[in-house]
Amino acid sequence: MLEVRGLRAGYGRVEILRGIDLDVAAGEIVAVLGSNGVGKSTLNNNLSALYRPFGGTIRFKGEDLVGLSSTEVVKRGLIHVPEGRRIFPDLSVLENLELGSLVRGKPNRQRNLDRVMAIFPRLKERLKQMAGTMSGGEQQMLAIGRGLMSEPELLILDEPSLGLSPLLVEEMFALVQRINGEGLSILLMEQNAVQTLAIAHRAYIIENGHVTMQGKAADLLRDPALRKNYLGL
Amino acid sequence: MLKVTGLSKVFGGLKAVDDASLSVSEGSIVALIGPNGAGKTTLFSCIAGFQKINAGKVEFQGEDITGLPVHTIARRGMVRTFQVTQPFARLTVHENIAVGAYQQFPRRDEAWEHARRIGKQLGMEALLDQSAAGLTVAGRKRLELARTLATGPRLLLLDEVMAGLNPSEIIEIVEMVRAIRASGVTVLLIEHVMQAVMSLSEYIYVLSYGKIIAEGQPREVVSDKAVIEAYLGRGAAEQIAQSHEQEGAHA
Repeated sequence: MLEVRGLRAGYGRVEILRGIDLDVAAGEIVAVLGSNGVGKSTLNNNLSALYRPFGGTIRFKGEDLVGLSSTEVVKRGLIHVPEGRRIFPDLSVLENLELGSLVRGKPNRQRNLDRVMAIFPRLKERLKQMAGTMSGGEQQMLAIGRGLMSEPELLILDEPSLGLSPLLVEEMFALVQRINGEGLSILLMEQNAVQTLAIAHRAYIIENGHVTMQGKAADLLRDPALRKNYLGL
Repeated sequence: MLKVTGLSKVFGGLKAVDDASLSVSEGSIVALIGPNGAGKTTLFSCIAGFQKINAGKVEFQGEDITGLPVHTIARRGMVRTFQVTQPFARLTVHENIAVGAYQQFPRRDEAWEHARRIGKQLGMEALLDQSAAGLTVAGRKRLELARTLATGPRLLLLDEVMAGLNPSEIIEIVEMVRAIRASGVTVLLIEHVMQAVMSLSEYIYVLSYGKIIAEGQPREVVSDKAVIEAYLGRGAAEQIAQSHEQEGAHA
């Protein structure tokens, strides 16, 4: 579904990703792990065309995405739920969700809205509330809900567990598995590495701009070097 | 050191904090945990004077500070960090820390020197001349801690300083919080990273829907049924129990 080859990307003159190869097959949950500042968000920003790569190719469903606008990328079903929620604080919860179907998913808006409210009953209780007055966890639910309103085929989740209570983290990972079970492919960037590897099919570890480890998540979870250096186990 | 009695805060029709009481004794590390939206950050804001409260009393070092302005409370030695870090992006890390240091040191050269010491203490020495805008999440969290620490607090209120950090970064910041306490600063922290809460805190309060639903020693609190139901979930509760057993086995 997604094939990234030799992706080089950064900001201004600073190259952060120095040649990344990465694949997501249809129906997979693929995790990308790495320390803060390693370029996970840079990868996302380039996949969703918020920035243009320095080099390399990004193919989605067989089509090259490099050079398309972010609107065009959304139209094709690649949806990015950004780190730090980035909801519209002065709009209501409902307005935020409706904006999710601005570019894609408009004909099925009501059906998608019902689905999002079934997944996040908390949002249903707060549809008319200003989004900025909700707690951090609720805003995170809203950001994911807004992403689902666009009927994604590939959903990029950038740190969805950030700032959530342990119970909600557990629910969040269960939710990711559930929407994946409904056929959605997921690219998951997380710091919660152990839980991420527990639900992902495959994972990539990025260090110094390169993929330094990759493989089945279950194998990585058992890897002694990774456990010691990264998982803190 | 800090005593909060019957604090309530109402927004419109919503009771965000409902008759909450807690106390923090000098030299301790106390944690405030609870579900998202429980009112933890609101309670912090009320304690530190950022929000007017509807009922209750806040005492700090034996004096009633209810209703005092933020800067007065800060000058008396209670400061807080913010969940969403907002450094002065166009200033350097050093300048950002110095902003906090002016609280204790009105003279520029002294504030500057103090900021350097604090930066060093928090392992940010190499970043001092860098612009704050270029910091990673972990760096911004550390700067937030540095800015408040530079004010020379007696009591630090830390609001999720570990969110968004990876496991090895969390281990580093846990060590820093321990060192801060060892230097004589009392700590009250809001945190979801239970591994850190369990290893740092001596006492835990649990807030849910604005009310304190449980309090006690960490082990008591994490095995409390209401806490597991409202906050931890079974998975996390089992994990914590397991890691305790392992520690017990090692000991």
